[in-house]
Amino acid sequence: MKKNKSPEITKFSPKKNYELTQKEVGYIPRKKAKKADYERIGFMSGLEVHQQLKTKEKLFCHCPAGVFHSHDDFNAEIIRHMRPTLSELGEYDGTALMEYKTRKEIIYRINNQTACTYEIDDTPPFKINQEALEYALEISLLSKFNIVGEVHITRKQYLDGSIPAGFQRTAILGVEGEIPLKNKKVRLIQLSIEEDSSREISDIGHTRVYKTDRLGMPLIETVTYPEMYTPDELKEAAEYIRFLNRSTGRVRVGSGAGREDVNVSCKGGTRVEIKGVSYNKLIPELSHIEGFRQWALLNIKRKLNDNVKDPTIWKIQHKEIDYRDFDLKYEPITNGLIDKYRILAVNLPDFKGILSHFTQPGKIFANEISDRLKVIACIEKPNMVHSEELEPKIIEENFTKIKELLNAKENDAQIIFWAPEADIPTALETIEERCKMAFEGVPQETRKSFLDGTTIFERVLPGADRMYPDTDSAPIPLENNYIDELSKSLPSEVIDRYNQLNKWGIPEDTYTYIFRNNLFPLIEKIIKTLKINPKFIGTFIGHKLKFIEGHYTSADKFEYSKIYDLFKYLTDSKLDIQLSKKILPVVFQYPKMDFDSILTSINFKSVPKEEILSKIPFLKQKYSEIKTSKDDKVAKNWIMGELQKTAIGNIPPDQLAQAIVQN
Amino acid sequence: MSEDIFQGYKNKALEVLKKYNVRVWGQASIETTRGNFEGTVLPRSENDDDIHIVLKIITGYNIGIDIGTITNMKETGYKKANYKIPEKEFPTTPGLPSVKLFGTGGTIASRLDYRTGAVIPAFSPGELYGAVPELADICNLTTEKVFAVFSENMGPKQYISLAKAIGEEIKNGIDGIVIGHGTDTLHHTGAALTFMVQNSPVPIVLVGSQRSSDRPSSDAALNLMHAMKTAGHSDIAEVMVCMFGPTSDDYGLLHKGTRVRKMHSSYRSTFRTIGDTPLATVNRDKITPIKKDYKQRRNDRNVDILPYFSDKVTMLYYYPGMKPDTIDALVDNGYKGIVFVGTGLGHVNKELYPAIERATKKGVVMYMTLQTLWGYVHMFVYDTGRDMMARGIIPAGNMLPEVAFIKLGWAMGQTEDPEEIKKIMLTPINDEITKREPYNGYLVYQGGVPEVEDFIKKFRK
Repeated sequence: MKKNKSPEITKFSPKKNYELTQKEVGYIPRKKAKKADYERIGFMSGLEVHQQLKTKEKLFCHCPAGVFHSHDDFNAEIIRHMRPTLSELGEYDGTALMEYKTRKEIIYRINNQTACTYEIDDTPPFKINQEALEYALEISLLSKFNIVGEVHITRKQYLDGSIPAGFQRTAILGVEGEIPLKNKKVRLIQLSIEEDSSREISDIGHTRVYKTDRLGMPLIETVTYPEMYTPDELKEAAEYIRFLNRSTGRVRVGSGAGREDVNVSCKGGTRVEIKGVSYNKLIPELSHIEGFRQWALLNIKRKLNDNVKDPTIWKIQHKEIDYRDFDLKYEPITNGLIDKYRILAVNLPDFKGILSHFTQPGKIFANEISDRLKVIACIEKPNMVHSEELEPKIIEENFTKIKELLNAKENDAQIIFWAPEADIPTALETIEERCKMAFEGVPQETRKSFLDGTTIFERVLPGADRMYPDTDSAPIPLENNYIDELSKSLPSEVIDRYNQLNKWGIPEDTYTYIFRNNLFPLIEKIIKTLKINPKFIGTFIGHKLKFIEGHYTSADKFEYSKIYDLFKYLTDSKLDIQLSKKILPVVFQYPKMDFDSILTSINFKSVPKEEILSKIPFLKQKYSEIKTSKDDKVAKNWIMGELQKTAIGNIPPDQLAQAIVQN
Repeated sequence: MSEDIFQGYKNKALEVLKKYNVRVWGQASIETTRGNFEGTVLPRSENDDDIHIVLKIITGYNIGIDIGTITNMKETGYKKANYKIPEKEFPTTPGLPSVKLFGTGGTIASRLDYRTGAVIPAFSPGELYGAVPELADICNLTTEKVFAVFSENMGPKQYISLAKAIGEEIKNGIDGIVIGHGTDTLHHTGAALTFMVQNSPVPIVLVGSQRSSDRPSSDAALNLMHAMKTAGHSDIAEVMVCMFGPTSDDYGLLHKGTRVRKMHSSYRSTFRTIGDTPLATVNRDKITPIKKDYKQRRNDRNVDILPYFSDKVTMLYYYPGMKPDTIDALVDNGYKGIVFVGTGLGHVNKELYPAIERATKKGVVMYMTLQTLWGYVHMFVYDTGRDMMARGIIPAGNMLPEVAFIKLGWAMGQTEDPEEIKKIMLTPINDEITKREPYNGYLVYQGGVPEVEDFIKKFRK
């Protein structure tokens, strides 16, 4: 009797619902968003900035740091299963329980060159790497932290398998620091030194594979207070901390050497952590989207609580279905049947309009369920279809039949999922759990980001009860004279460097490049010892070198110190610094070539100034014969053009121009 | 004093706490020359210095404050941690074997107090069930704490009370026995129980863990499951050590209590059978015997408990240049039995001969075992060996040094007659001396060899 809907009910369109809910939430693209928009949703954000230190060895063993292998380059594999341990309140931590539910078999690939028995937790830690501790303390001092009197190594539990021990050794070096941004100061909560984790190779079904080359490398983590109120401010803070770290010259650069965890919340939302963001340029977009995702989840919360009288008794209903009774011509389902999956239909009471509710650009609430099915129940995607697909995957009649089968009401929504038998209980639990969380608002979780700024569920956010003292290591006292000694050799502050560049008249568009590559000390040295025009050297590095770096490749490792050598050479040889622009591409490509040879290769000849100037009268004469314009400027330019080849390096262009006018 | 409110603090640090009236577990805000700090004051480990105060800050980390930098300090609150392991009733399932777990104080199942770092043992069936619920699918468990000592403090007294307790349990009809034990001296206890509990109708399984159970990667839970599986379901009624086969969370090995040795200071797969293959492999589903002849499980309740031990026995690890007075000193101090751990086939230097003769004359019995661990004592190959035998040293076959020590103590607990002792020593009770060494009893393949590397890469074992 329900088969034919009464015609007066307009047909529900998931697409329209997606657009409508996007409007309800007030989502706007970041480019159009203003400060007021972030104030409206109560955007708040903070950072945990991870930075690898440039040490020779790892933090707690003597394996080399910074040597990396390809996925298949390993000597042995070992297996671990992580078990949750009870918290001090006698309860299991949320993440712990989730990770345990997933019943993952974790496989570690070990290469003898980069991992020893410490990495796989078969040997207790050796004494902390002093080099790493010193570098980290330098950065702590630069970040104005209150330095602790004694370092206590703490164990921080991780059950995802990223660390074979199941915990990371980490220690606080300072609390309550501060960094200056353009318009405000941002307070820092703490700085810790810790071991880096394993790198994931794959995570399919119940097997997750890691490699252990990066595992145990020294890392610092700078944590800010959640005091950034717009995505741009957040990026500014991330950049500042990155530049500060790099200003010491003690940190690694390159892919993955610096990574941020971005914490975002909105008014009424909760702290969600977006993990492992390697590129600062992505921060504004993904924090913007996360702020609004939370705002959208709060809209869902409101709707559900309006529609459901008693959320505490809300629950799903499910039935196994026989594929022969349906028309499920959707490849993943038919594949599933071959793999002996079982297919279940689930009814979500009062969830009509929720599954297709906007959450992120191009994403709906149903994605939140599917993401969790993959992570928690280990069912590879696609793992479900539902009654509110934006692009239907199976014909609609299926859902008409399923509604009947499940005794569903008009305002219910339905999911069909498929899974191996063993994963079904977890899958059902996961679906119900995520839906029940929707009544509460925003679940505490960590998320993974994509390049487009959207994010996906990664893990449940771990609780506070996962820290405990490392019984394998003694506390390390930090005496006053040691700290005083370190304070003496600190580099100048990034903010002071910024102001100095400004004072020198170096254009601002060069600063990011200069700070990213820690080139301020080089510029300062060239200016101070070689007395070269600051603006020239600033743009030479910030524009010219940046361009060359992006467009040429070096035959050998190009060190930035070569730039100093170049200007020293020019100064000593009394050559004009303009010549540096011609030399740079060559010296960048062939760093081992000496400067004399480079000059030959670019056909440079040393010609006395007088000899060049002596040609001016002759050229003036010649120009008067071919005169193309009455304008003196044109004449000057033509003569300069004729002389340029020999002049460059021998006489500065401004002097030459002056001589042409005067002669 | 009813309660120590300055737990672990001494001298200068204690004075500072008293001066500012701040207690352990007090919330403190501390002003220092290095800036301000806030957190909960934690107890300090007794062995740490007296110039730092430990704080747990709000983010959960611990830090130390140098008392020399403190300019002011204030207690703003107080909250004492009360830590308890949750207990759930261990379910009884009809049809499952009943297993007894004896606790000896090892930390096979323990929890860490997150605030202090102190280890709290989980031991009652309820606590164990809370920590390893899978155990309830394997057996019906009861537990008894026999004593609480660290592994290195286990000794003859403990062996004896353990043997007696096991005897009682067997008489009461238990299907299998598990003993939780620290790993350092697990193999000594394995040998002692083999000699003291003979002819057992049920499996007696010693188990420990190389990584305490407060860490997620601990081997404790899996070892416990393997041990319970063995005790409850295995047909092998011997004293065994059950520990990880490979370092991976994969399978366990069952070793004879008389042929097993801890061979690595920290590896999970530290226990190895020496001079033979292990008895069996065990995983959560089944026990797979490697050796075909073993003592089988019986339904009767007969068992011989022989709880004897003399502490007048010692062990001497020979080194080149050893002086005779080391032996003289032992003899003069009343030791009646010496187990030598000799070089090569079982040798010590000539310089010791007079001392050995003197010892024999004083009625001291002496046995020779090997530093090589693998192989047999052969004292007929060289003159030195023959010389030593002539002076009273008896070769102990391929008995492991620790096993020979335990057996000599056990034998001399029963008799002082050298001939009787010799008879006991050289008559194997459970393969402490084997008649033959199988070709694959000695497998110490080294890394670097292509075939070995290839195997390691492929088999995760």
